[in-house]
Amino acid sequence: MTIDPGYRVVIGLETHVQLKTASKMFCRTSAAYASAPPNTLVCPICLGMPGVLPVINAAAVDLTIMTGLALHSEIPPHAKFDRKNYAYPDLMKWYQISQYDLPLCVGGWLEINADGETRRIDITRVHLEEDTAKLTHVVGDDGQPASLIDVNRSGVPLMEIVSEPDITSAAEAMAYGLKLRNILRWLGVSTANMQDGALRIDANVSVWPSGAEVGNAKVEVKNMNSFRALGQALDYEIERQIALYERGERLVQETRGWDEAAARTVPQRTKEYAHDYRYFPEPDLPPLSITRERVQGLAARMPELPDAVRQRLVGELGVAATDADELIEDRDLTAYTLDVIERHGGPAAEVVTWVLQDVRRLLNARELDVADIPIDAASMARLLGLRAKGDLSTTMAGTVLEEMFATGKSPEEIVAARGRQISDTDALVEIAREVMAANPQAVADYHAGKDRAIQFLMGQVMRRTRGQANPGKVTELLRVELGGNGGA
Amino acid sequence: MPDDLFRLTVTEAEGALSAGDISSVDLTGSVLDRIDAVDASTGAFLLVTAEAALEQAREADARRSRGDAGPLLGIPLAIKDVLCTDGVATTCASRILEGFVPPYDATVVARLKAAGAVLVGKTNMDEFAMGSSNENSGYHPVRNPWDLSRVPGGSSGGSAAAVAADECLAALGSDTGGSVRQPAALCGCVGLKPTYGRVSRYGLVAFASSLDQVGPLTKSVRDAAVLLSAISGHDSRDATSLPEPVPDYAAALDGSVEGLRIGVAPEYFAEGIDAGVASAVRNAIELLEANGAEIREIALPHTEYALPVYYVIAPSEASANLARYNGVKYGLSDPQAVDVDEMMATVRARGFGAEVKRRIMLGTFALSSGYYDAYYLRAQKVRTLIKQDFDAAFESVDVIAAPTSPTTAFELGGRTADPLAMYRADVLTLPASLAGLAAISVPCGFVDGLPVGLQLMAPPLQEARLLRAADAYERLRPAAPAPRQAVEA
Repeated sequence: MTIDPGYRVVIGLETHVQLKTASKMFCRTSAAYASAPPNTLVCPICLGMPGVLPVINAAAVDLTIMTGLALHSEIPPHAKFDRKNYAYPDLMKWYQISQYDLPLCVGGWLEINADGETRRIDITRVHLEEDTAKLTHVVGDDGQPASLIDVNRSGVPLMEIVSEPDITSAAEAMAYGLKLRNILRWLGVSTANMQDGALRIDANVSVWPSGAEVGNAKVEVKNMNSFRALGQALDYEIERQIALYERGERLVQETRGWDEAAARTVPQRTKEYAHDYRYFPEPDLPPLSITRERVQGLAARMPELPDAVRQRLVGELGVAATDADELIEDRDLTAYTLDVIERHGGPAAEVVTWVLQDVRRLLNARELDVADIPIDAASMARLLGLRAKGDLSTTMAGTVLEEMFATGKSPEEIVAARGRQISDTDALVEIAREVMAANPQAVADYHAGKDRAIQFLMGQVMRRTRGQANPGKVTELLRVELGGNGGA
Repeated sequence: MPDDLFRLTVTEAEGALSAGDISSVDLTGSVLDRIDAVDASTGAFLLVTAEAALEQAREADARRSRGDAGPLLGIPLAIKDVLCTDGVATTCASRILEGFVPPYDATVVARLKAAGAVLVGKTNMDEFAMGSSNENSGYHPVRNPWDLSRVPGGSSGGSAAAVAADECLAALGSDTGGSVRQPAALCGCVGLKPTYGRVSRYGLVAFASSLDQVGPLTKSVRDAAVLLSAISGHDSRDATSLPEPVPDYAAALDGSVEGLRIGVAPEYFAEGIDAGVASAVRNAIELLEANGAEIREIALPHTEYALPVYYVIAPSEASANLARYNGVKYGLSDPQAVDVDEMMATVRARGFGAEVKRRIMLGTFALSSGYYDAYYLRAQKVRTLIKQDFDAAFESVDVIAAPTSPTTAFELGGRTADPLAMYRADVLTLPASLAGLAAISVPCGFVDGLPVGLQLMAPPLQEARLLRAADAYERLRPAAPAPRQAVEA
């Protein structure tokens, strides 16, 4: 969408990320609630029963610090948890344990590419808190509206990443979200699946007439459960706000939800008393001391991040930028590819093409994850080595790869059974002559100027050699043997 | 076998049990009979679990016959109803928790059970531990065993009255601003508030989380030492519990105060302290001096701010801690409500008493946007100054001696119309709570037939020193004829 140059768009994003820990944020109950029946993963602590106390899940703190490091945040030596007070039935204690003024990660930035431009979006902070229970509004047996509550989600570790209001379009917001999701997946801190609610992006949007001072009013837009919805909701909201000014109205601070079916944002009922959360330090949890050693240990545990890998692929290894972008979408596939590149020693660009095309097609056809890939990087490298040596043509290599996928056999084993590519000139000349003798019509056609006839003869050679003839060489030899065509 | 086994201390009863003179079933039966006889007068209990207690007594006797032993094996104890007990109703003396049966034990309860103690029931208290007279119970008030027209103190009034009237051999209470020490003083028993973090708070229903601490109420200092050893120690379920190892506190009681440096601060004998109380406490201090202790005057200049600081911090924390009682999951509910908002509002309006509501409103106000810095943050800063007063004082003294309560037990209804007068009942116990110290109240005589408590305070984790001093005083204390308790009449 092109934004009216008469207006300036200011967007800040608040991204909630469920962390991939074994247990919940403050108790030992399993956090893997996705497939559990309602209210089966609960304990007195995540139910907020009287007298119970929270204990910090150290793994969740570690994952948050790793995310901060990936976003170039500062990790201060002291952090603490606070109580955020609000009354809502999905909140078991009627306060949420969150972080107010001393979050785990401060500052940072994320580099994005949108509309052909590279920009840095500043990060305000990354903090840790607990998720709420889940409310489902239904019609009860008596025909009256009713609300069902599932406490399984209550207490699941939730990380919040707050951006500065640096984003100026829906496209940038989507680029930011996609880039963030990619990093979260690379780090392994979250599944970051939007449709499961493991990644939730809320936007604060305000549009101001160019030249006018940016005011305080902003609209919080929620309920986008896909990147498509994020883009649509922001485009809608920007247009809606511009239309407000065009009509001479003022921007009203409010929370609006994205209505997917109606394709518009609608005002939402907000939490009561949401204007004053009465934050104060959580007295049940002593302040956290984050040692340098802990941060260094986590930094050492972190994988090479996608931006760095991309730079290496394009800058050092000569991989096409578009291929590199496509590859780094998938951390495991990238790791596999890098392994093959190292073992193969040949051109990296060729390896990337093989992985992105053939390997990925075979994975998709079998509905396999990269982790379950049936051929290890060493076998893949050897297959590409056989092709580079000329033992296999590209087509033959593709066939061998398919057989490796299907049987798990080594490329050498398959080549031994099928035979290698025939590149021997004498052998090929002999076959070419036999084929020409057996197909005088095709030879005549060729001489009559029908260049396509050579393809037929080529096919015959391949048939006789069970596909093992070196196709380049055959074409070359056929042209010599045929002695130029009529058109030449 | 004497028929007044209920009068025994924990230490005496353990001696008789291990000598084979009595069984836990005998002892528990005697205590249950005593409860039957006097609890209608004191109102100390909210719930008596007689059958379960006798079952636990039989189990303790069986353990002992198998060669098991232990200072609490087979000893009948009472538990303040602010502590969660697995399968046994826990109300915090509030209507809002009526019918709530926790599916878990507080860590201290689990530790007592593991030690083989017999739990005879849940004691009355001020609702959610908010009060100094036990008149804020949502069920019925507690009467002081020494004078049934007077209060037992609070908020652990039920536990103090139960110990004083021999309705148990000892009890657990909780102390946030004096809720163990003040009723102990008013009822003439020993009450110990351990260092913040010494005893796990898991399963202690929270009032003010940065101050709450479980402590024993007993008939002797030695008994307090025995109970403290049993309930103390690190708990992985309480992030504020301290990791330091737990000594055998009773083993440290050598009866000596030789060379003990006792600090006395004029701020604790200031205006508002009853002359009789002050004099009884001074006599106790002189007795310690006469037996080898060294008395030093110290200054605790920020003492006067403890009351306002406490009444900002404690209600602030309480306003959040008590937010969860909304009728959704347990306790009082309102099935007639048209929607969830109405239900939550009605439940809280009906379920909480006036003092609890007052403190929720105070705390909500103090934490509000625009007031936080002026109230909560300021109070935390002054709390640090109060702590620094003690740090400085403990550089030159080992313990600090003071009255526990400014007055002896007051009349029921005497202060209910004036919350501030009621709040002043804790003025001498609040500083040690705010500083996270260890503190104890030991009986030190009577004024007009009513008990007076001597308060001793020690630096954090110096319970052994504190108990040694208190025990030494108890041994030196003249065996003056005690007035007859009203419950005996």
